[in-house]
Amino acid sequence: MAGRTQDPQREKKAATRGSARADSAKTTTGRTKAPARRTTGAKASPDKASTAQKSTAQKSTGVDAATRVDYYREMALIREFEQRAGEMYQRAKIGGYCHLNLGEEPTVVGLMTALRPQDYLFTNYRDHGYAIARGMGANRVMAELFGRSDGVSKGLGGSMHMYDADKRMLGGYGIVGGQIPPATGAALAITLQQKPGPDSDAVMCQMGDGTTNIGAFHEALNIASIWKLPIVYVIINNGLGMATTVEMASGEPELYKRGCSYRIPGRRVDGSDPEVVRQAAEEMLNDARVNRQPGILEIMSYRLRGHSVVDPARYRTKEEVAELKEHDPLPPYRAQLIADGVLDEKTAEQIDGDAAKEVADAIAFADASPEPAASTLFDFTYATDVPNASRLMPGDPVLPVGWEREPVGAGKEA
Amino acid sequence: MAENADKQAASAPEITYRQALHDTLRTEMLRDEKVFLLGEEIGKFEGSYKITAGMLKEFGPERVRDTPIAEEGFVGAAIGAAMLGMRPVVEIMTLNFSLIAIDQIVNHAAKIYGMFGGQTSVPMVIRTPGGGGQQLAATHSQNIEAWYASVPGLKVLAPSTPADAKAMLTAAIRDDDPVLLLENLSLYNTKGVVPDGEQVAEFGKAKVTVPGTDITVVGYSRSAVIAADVAQRLKPQGISVEVVDLCSLRPLDRETVCRSVMKTGKAVVLEDDWLTYGIGAEIAASVQEGAFDYLDAPVRRVAAAEIPLPYAKSLEKIALPDADALIRVINEQLDATRFAR
Repeated sequence: MAGRTQDPQREKKAATRGSARADSAKTTTGRTKAPARRTTGAKASPDKASTAQKSTAQKSTGVDAATRVDYYREMALIREFEQRAGEMYQRAKIGGYCHLNLGEEPTVVGLMTALRPQDYLFTNYRDHGYAIARGMGANRVMAELFGRSDGVSKGLGGSMHMYDADKRMLGGYGIVGGQIPPATGAALAITLQQKPGPDSDAVMCQMGDGTTNIGAFHEALNIASIWKLPIVYVIINNGLGMATTVEMASGEPELYKRGCSYRIPGRRVDGSDPEVVRQAAEEMLNDARVNRQPGILEIMSYRLRGHSVVDPARYRTKEEVAELKEHDPLPPYRAQLIADGVLDEKTAEQIDGDAAKEVADAIAFADASPEPAASTLFDFTYATDVPNASRLMPGDPVLPVGWEREPVGAGKEA
Repeated sequence: MAENADKQAASAPEITYRQALHDTLRTEMLRDEKVFLLGEEIGKFEGSYKITAGMLKEFGPERVRDTPIAEEGFVGAAIGAAMLGMRPVVEIMTLNFSLIAIDQIVNHAAKIYGMFGGQTSVPMVIRTPGGGGQQLAATHSQNIEAWYASVPGLKVLAPSTPADAKAMLTAAIRDDDPVLLLENLSLYNTKGVVPDGEQVAEFGKAKVTVPGTDITVVGYSRSAVIAADVAQRLKPQGISVEVVDLCSLRPLDRETVCRSVMKTGKAVVLEDDWLTYGIGAEIAASVQEGAFDYLDAPVRRVAAAEIPLPYAKSLEKIALPDADALIRVINEQLDATRFAR
């Protein structure tokens, strides 16, 4: 693929990580001139590309104007949702761990628009944006964060464990790398249920950069390779596993290459452009569907905040923190759409306002949603109820008082 | 129904525990095309313990799938396949190797149904043999079933006879939850009558395999077989031992155990695992709580010595619980209660 966006700061930083581009073609433009940083112009408005952009105005991804606006709308919604989620966490409306997709919005939107409704998605714990972009609804995602019964996982999973069987979002997983073998097994099931071809389903398995060092990753890659499974492993490389850098943790810091020993092709793309991400993901998914060729897609992305809401990220230098704002992918995308004439300031403000309202409504919805009833405590341990499944509350006797006089242990029959 | 089974049993030939497992896998694969097998060396090699002999030829490599040596990978893959409606039956070569997959078993298979609000069940089976006494040394002789039996979301079955192996494996494959079927190396060659036709065990039910009145011995898997044998040996001495085979380690049928103790007033647990925090600890706690007023003596446990099991035959033999140790403890219990022989 050609014409990917890249900025010099990013390039420099990537280079210090021992980065090499997976693809041959690349274009570099100035990041500081935000509107001009995009190297790709919209198909719908090629004539509106500025002189500075002209040389690279031809959009390789061929995304139409309305779609680009939709991308922005989705990105704005995720941004708003995550900012408000952070706020709700500070107000103790949300408990546990809470990891935000701030800075990764274009990556999330690009990936989720590449996925078909019948494809399967597995992600790690940084999953709010994926759930929203998968169409699970801000209301129910927020209700999950609030631990309420209308949450996508009935309030039983929380931030790290968004799930929607109907949308084929088969889970956010809190254990690093835990999602990778099951995702690989989902791809195995597809091979047992469907013939390869353009209409075949595929699996997308998202993970962070730190995950590529765990054994499950390597075992799964090997299995995907020998069994020819329709799966794309997506590595979100934001440079940091908590505070540990990719270079500190990875013998091969160019993570898209980590499939080499399994003959799984890899590719690295810039995560600040949803169009670039979508095109790359679609191509790899297609290869998975048609050729049963597993792939690795590494997406260079930014984590604008700490690892989780409670992490002040003190390990970042002042310079890094100052730089972060520059790496925020949203303002440039918004400015680019305006520059390209596919969006005007008024409409952009309208979109931002709609996002604010949708998330405010989601918070109200979550607040109003009932807490899961105590009577449901034992309802979800087993899919098939069987005799003697424990329903003991803390402090309960193992057998009820007076058990000798009548049979008690039968429970609900299966 | 029981009578019917008895009638069939009378006419059915004896087969081995191994054969019962093999036949059941075959029957279930013929019955349901969603059932498929995966594990190390189960196809070309026909299984380390030959449970899957001939099955690659019959069902092909897609349904009898040899895996790389990657327990975490293939157990996890079975979970994912189960989430998409398949019914994978995983063979882990021995229980010891399940430790490599324990994250997938405990953090994933056991959690996916509950943690995501009951949206997707994980209908998978993990078959794996425990058992020491084969001079396999410390890492290959462990009985860590209590670890799995303590995890909500898992079901753990431990058949002691060929008939139970058939009925429990059938139940496990047809159940919608992840089931660990604990087999035992020393039981594979044991023989027993296996009733023809469909036999589906009930989860969460223990059974009295030898009725008696003087003392209760609780066992499971190999230890239930030893207990039944000891019960027969002590009969001529005028000692009536009641044997309770737990069958299901999770859920645990405390009531059947306690009812037996109500009758006998004394209990010994024979277990293959280590003493501390073992299956016997749970049984003893349950009995003292559920049947305290009926106990004439403290519950005793006969478990493995708490050491990395030695290779040397002489040491291995004395470190493992056996019939002699059980008989000694039964006698101590009887003496403590001034049992008149």
